[in-house]
Amino acid sequence: MTVHLLGIDGMDRARIEELLELTDTFDEIGRRPIPRVPALRGKTVATLFFEDSTRTRLSFDAAAKRLSADTLNFAAGASSLSKGESLRDTVDVIASYGVDALVVRHPMAGTPHRIADWTDAAVVNAGDGRHEHPTQALLDAYTLRQHRGALDGMQVAIVGDIRHSRVARSNVLAFSMLGADVTLVAPATLLPDSVAGWPVRVVHDLDAVLPGLDACYLLRMQRERITEGLIPSIREYVAGYGLDAGRAARLPKDALILHPGPTNRGVEISAEVAADPRSVILDQVVNGVSVRMAVLFLLLGSGLDHEPAADGEVAE
Amino acid sequence: MSLVLRGGRVIDQAGERLADVEVGDDGRIANVGDGCVGDVELDASGCVVAPGFVDLHAHLREPGQEDAETIETGARGGALGGYTALVAMPNTQPAMDCAAVVEQVRALGRDVACEIVPTGAMTVGRQGEDMAPLGELAGLGVGIFTDDGTGVQDPRLMRRIMEYSTGLTHRLGRPVVLAQHCEVDALSSGGYMHEGEWSSRLGIPGQPAEAEELMVMRDIALVRLTGAHMHFQHLSTAGSVAMVRDAKAAGLPVTAEATPHHFTLTDAACASYDPVFKVHPPLRTDADVAAVREGLADGTIDAIATDHAPHTDHAKEQSFDLAPPGMLGLETAFPLALDGLGLDLPEVLALMSWRPAAIAGISDRHGAPIQAGNPANLCVVDPDATWTVSGRAMASRSSNSPFEGRSVRGRVRHTLRDGVPVVVDGEAQR
Repeated sequence: MTVHLLGIDGMDRARIEELLELTDTFDEIGRRPIPRVPALRGKTVATLFFEDSTRTRLSFDAAAKRLSADTLNFAAGASSLSKGESLRDTVDVIASYGVDALVVRHPMAGTPHRIADWTDAAVVNAGDGRHEHPTQALLDAYTLRQHRGALDGMQVAIVGDIRHSRVARSNVLAFSMLGADVTLVAPATLLPDSVAGWPVRVVHDLDAVLPGLDACYLLRMQRERITEGLIPSIREYVAGYGLDAGRAARLPKDALILHPGPTNRGVEISAEVAADPRSVILDQVVNGVSVRMAVLFLLLGSGLDHEPAADGEVAE
Repeated sequence: MSLVLRGGRVIDQAGERLADVEVGDDGRIANVGDGCVGDVELDASGCVVAPGFVDLHAHLREPGQEDAETIETGARGGALGGYTALVAMPNTQPAMDCAAVVEQVRALGRDVACEIVPTGAMTVGRQGEDMAPLGELAGLGVGIFTDDGTGVQDPRLMRRIMEYSTGLTHRLGRPVVLAQHCEVDALSSGGYMHEGEWSSRLGIPGQPAEAEELMVMRDIALVRLTGAHMHFQHLSTAGSVAMVRDAKAAGLPVTAEATPHHFTLTDAACASYDPVFKVHPPLRTDADVAAVREGLADGTIDAIATDHAPHTDHAKEQSFDLAPPGMLGLETAFPLALDGLGLDLPEVLALMSWRPAAIAGISDRHGAPIQAGNPANLCVVDPDATWTVSGRAMASRSSNSPFEGRSVRGRVRHTLRDGVPVVVDGEAQR
């Protein structure tokens, strides 16, 4: 049976820790003068992006190339599928190129799950609607672990547009599985309709929680939330939830500041705070490649192990 | 050709008795009891002979989406499900908002396995802007008007349609029923499943129960104002059921239906992200399912309706959000009602046959007591037979059953339309 990475939901602590430990290995490879190993030689990784995301696609592409896999890139708007071809048709076409892994980004929740039902390739969810973004959560957990050794007992706040955030959903699950206490901080309209069963505390006052935090995770705030009637203005949002120098000063000296990128300077994070030594935003980007190498390696294994040798030939 | 249903247990609104049923060559019941003879004998031993079922809510897709269903295939599926009459929803392409399309649907239904009862749209093109020619369509025999697929959003227009319908009822001397798909678009748009714990977890944008309930509330107020007969389609929330119960207790002329999927499935089914579980109104919570069942048991909800909504595989092979809403229902309604509601068989038959027939205004020929002289629109069901649901095995051109693979109890053995056996031993004859 093909193994997929569709979400943090369904994983357990042991599995996540296995991935994070494997990431250490690939992190070391990434620091070599020639950061490339032949682990996935002969394998093909296709990125299937139905939504713009240069960063995530590049990160996966770099991860696959460092493992010596061949890469294919397919980019399309989700709407172009409505011109007659069903999603399944598209997947069948891509799969016919003989891909071993499909890295899927889609604006609608559950699309990678559907695709996984239709293909023999391993499917990696690179972000589905507002549902999950598991490799982001893994790289975030890795970044926290890199700086703190372990997440156990860490006080982590996730701040901003939780409602629309796949990053928040995956991080809530991953951080709490690894032992952190997670607090969601947002105006009521930017919270999910229900957090019943979520391992979180919900507060509406950022200032009240800042002094007790080990990490402050800021989410991207989009202007369209105003036209949707969820907040009155960006100005009012910034006044209540933007991390500026004044608020950053109330964070503990060793607290970490994270953001999934791209940042809206002056909205959820001020330019000064982005440059604060406690900000680990660039570490997150670097770790993203290592984590994705670990994920692809774990799902596809070594190309040598799984490729049956033809008669009379010796496998490489 | 005369025919005898031999050895069955007859159940109708008059009660229950062991009796043979003889059908004459005029398509009417000739005799019930001893001494029945006929050219053809159909075995009904161990089975129940009942008035045929009436579905108040079927999407037959013709004209416009014949790749998903036709009137012929829909009617065949209906007959296999024990139905002798299907009320055809107007969201065809073009919509059933004028005499020409209503007549086309009726003509296409003339020789199929069930009687096809066309509805008329309440507004032109189901656009919710201008009143459709209700009088002209009522004059052609249309008894139910609905914009199903959407509700009439504008309360002022809805009020006028209600008032106008009361005048038609007086003029024609028979009831004109307005049927509402209750959904306030401003609250539901952009939502693809029930809003709550599951939608939040799955990341699928939700639509709140209140989107349905606000329109139920509004229409009950307008019924109080106008005296129109309002039929509430596919009730799905506990709040809606409670409001209809209160409205009935207050003596208002309201009726209601509920679907098998809303008394069987919950929003948890959406966790598979398979759009076969996407439907409007959406699958709700356990508490809503319990309230719908209770409403069916205590008479708040008058009828079980399928909201049979075929979609091709191609249309459903999309992301959950993008796929069209709707599920097949005609061939699974009876077993789900029989096993799922905890009601006695006569109660189930009432919900599926004579009560919906009365709402549709077709009691003269469907859901009528099994006695000499009445049209022989009958079904013979084996309440003990078990079978496994398969969308592919159904008569529908589509296969989007949310009950795929489920083992169910209760199977339709024979169906007679106007005395003609259209299903014999579970096999469609036309």
